[in-house]
Amino acid sequence: MAENKRIDEATGTSTVGHEWDGIEELDTPMPRWWLWTFYATIVWGIGYVILYPAWPLVNSATEGVLKWTSRGQLEQELAADAQRRAPVVSAIATTPVASLPGKPELMQAAVQGGAAAFRVHCVQCHGAGGAGVPNLYPSLTDDDWLWGGDLDSIEYTITHGIRNPDHGETHFSLMPAFGRDGMLDSAQVADVVSHVRVISGQEKPSRASTRGAELYEANCAVCHGPAGEGGREFGAPKLTDAIWLYGGDRASITAMVDNPRNGVMPRWGGRLDPVTIKMLAAYVYSLGGGEALAPALAAAGEGQGADGQQ
Amino acid sequence: MASSDDSAGGGHASFYEARKGVYPKAVDGPFRRFKWAIMAVTLAIYYGMPWIRWDRGPYAPDQAVLVDLANRRFYMFQIEIWPHEFYYVAGLLIMAGIGLFLVTSAVGRAWCGYACPQTVWTDLFQHVDRLVDGDRNAQVRLANGPWTAEKVAKRGIKYLIYLTIAFWTGGAWIMYFADAPTLTVDFWTGQAAPVAYATVAVLTATTFILGGFMREQVCIYMCPWPRIQTAMMDEKSLLVTYKDWRGEPRGSVKKAQAHPGAFGDCIDCNQCVAVCPTGIDIREGPQIGCITCALCIDACDGVMKQVGRPRGLIDYCTLDDAAVEKTGGAAKPVLKTIFRPRTLIYFAIWGAIGLAMLFSLGQRTRLDIAVQHERSPLYVQLSDGHVRNNYTMKLRNMETRPRPVEIRVSGLDGAQLWTDRGSRETAAQRLTMTLAPDSVTSVKLFIAAPGKGPARQDFTIETRGLDGDPRADSDTIQFDRPETGQ
Repeated sequence: MAENKRIDEATGTSTVGHEWDGIEELDTPMPRWWLWTFYATIVWGIGYVILYPAWPLVNSATEGVLKWTSRGQLEQELAADAQRRAPVVSAIATTPVASLPGKPELMQAAVQGGAAAFRVHCVQCHGAGGAGVPNLYPSLTDDDWLWGGDLDSIEYTITHGIRNPDHGETHFSLMPAFGRDGMLDSAQVADVVSHVRVISGQEKPSRASTRGAELYEANCAVCHGPAGEGGREFGAPKLTDAIWLYGGDRASITAMVDNPRNGVMPRWGGRLDPVTIKMLAAYVYSLGGGEALAPALAAAGEGQGADGQQ
Repeated sequence: MASSDDSAGGGHASFYEARKGVYPKAVDGPFRRFKWAIMAVTLAIYYGMPWIRWDRGPYAPDQAVLVDLANRRFYMFQIEIWPHEFYYVAGLLIMAGIGLFLVTSAVGRAWCGYACPQTVWTDLFQHVDRLVDGDRNAQVRLANGPWTAEKVAKRGIKYLIYLTIAFWTGGAWIMYFADAPTLTVDFWTGQAAPVAYATVAVLTATTFILGGFMREQVCIYMCPWPRIQTAMMDEKSLLVTYKDWRGEPRGSVKKAQAHPGAFGDCIDCNQCVAVCPTGIDIREGPQIGCITCALCIDACDGVMKQVGRPRGLIDYCTLDDAAVEKTGGAAKPVLKTIFRPRTLIYFAIWGAIGLAMLFSLGQRTRLDIAVQHERSPLYVQLSDGHVRNNYTMKLRNMETRPRPVEIRVSGLDGAQLWTDRGSRETAAQRLTMTLAPDSVTSVKLFIAAPGKGPARQDFTIETRGLDGDPRADSDTIQFDRPETGQ
């Protein structure tokens, strides 16, 4: 068919030599810009194959002159990010946790870092936002603290955990199983429960509660306080308030007196670095229930910026 | 199939036409002087506006017109616009659009002829041509002549001037986006942001190319506006019109003297073509290439004066008037043409939008509260039986001064408010705080209320300035309690 090629008069371009029912096709050359772009992509492709991983082999691919890997790039980016955060991290490291609220920008950074760490390490029990799980794990957002709610206490609790038998500095206490171990019989337990429900305002005083008051005085007051105000050195909860970790109804309180739960929390001191623990403490503190510092520390921490609040 | 003889040169048809050089001749007249005035005003506004200072106190920039992208503020004299008020800018754009409808229906393509940046800068560059190369004939000679040393030198000087203007144009643009004096110093000391240099480079290049070389091709081939305008003009819109009923048949003065009555007023001197900045012949009738700059009117009027014939052989004229004049009638007065129902309606819409914007600018609050309920957890049981809800409160102080404000709630009995800057011991029914000028203050808000009540309750939180400005803003939010608390 090549012999049918001819120059088209109107365009000055050669035809391809085919003809269908009198229709011919022009052999229009590729535009030059297109060709040059095409050649440029070839050159670029050669360069790419030399510089970057390209040809798949049995176990890996050719390495490329630049030795680039996506993992290496990630490591670089992580290192760069650590570098970027270094000033803040070192500032937090050198600042006692109680002094953080006096430095609002540092406190804000700590709260944000703590929020991120909280989502990884703490939400499994304490729930998103520190809301806790009813009848299982305490809420960290309320104003009721078993082991203390100021920044130092929170940091200590996170570092050393609660009831870690292999750790000397851990928070430790054990409520006796009054019912299970036969220290009180079931009628006595019922009396004590009545008393507890009276002092928390859930029942009216009765003869049972009067009997229970005596039993309380003898068995419970040493940890929970004579008036049920609780004792933080033992992690003994306040019995007069509206917050009940394991439920405030008669059956729940009875179950606790019979066979208490004595909840545990891992210590994080060995697993997380001190800066992360500080940030976690700041975050938990910021959830709304954070307590003022003990007076001596308050002077160092300079209070929590009461500016603007009248 | 196109026959091979319909194009003179290559033996085959081309879909493209090479640009024919346009070397407009200098001309003087009322329209030329009007164009000068508009060029002076528009360029002065463009180059000078960012340098006008405007005192806004210590908390805001003192530049009269500033688009502060980094801080998301738009300043225009005493008006300051925040990003959420961008509808004012949308309103301005709508006004600009309707303004173009208004102008087009009244006076045709006046925008193209006088005020369009492409026209203004092309005009400026054409003056540079005349300054360096001389008037039309010298320019044509130089363009067609060989590359002598003189031509190289003249081209070099001309392009250097082009580049200077282009650079200045790009440089002026960035002044609208940062404090002009500071940016100027930063720019020359290499301290400015990379985007500033990139913007100047791009605008220098576009000005150099569009103003120096593409010129009328932008109007004829690139710009959509001539096409849109064609749809908006009607038979009552003013057009630059060659009055062919008066001018045809064309003939020189000599011929006309030899054959009185055989020729029209047009002496075929081609001056209207010579002065045209887009290189068209207006005598071929209205066309897309005509930007209605009216320089041909100036040229023709000058010629008519010389040959002692009445002015206005080429003149602004509507299609209606053209039909009337053709039959010997008198054209309507120009004011009657301009003030007709259509233009008045456009003007009414345009003015109504402007007034509505001014009114709302006067009424807008400069204090804004937005409170978001935290959902994790929805509520917190407090030890004294109260329930606490947590919120994120954003307070916008859009004044350029610090403001003491109070925040109070209504519709939630026994509510206590405190923020993460205080504690429950300091909580009260109302909060006061001082807002930083021209900024958003975001605080964690805690609200505690008695535990007995509906599980879900809407209430209102309101903020109000304590400095005598009574305008307040409020938000409706929700308070949650445990279901068992009822």
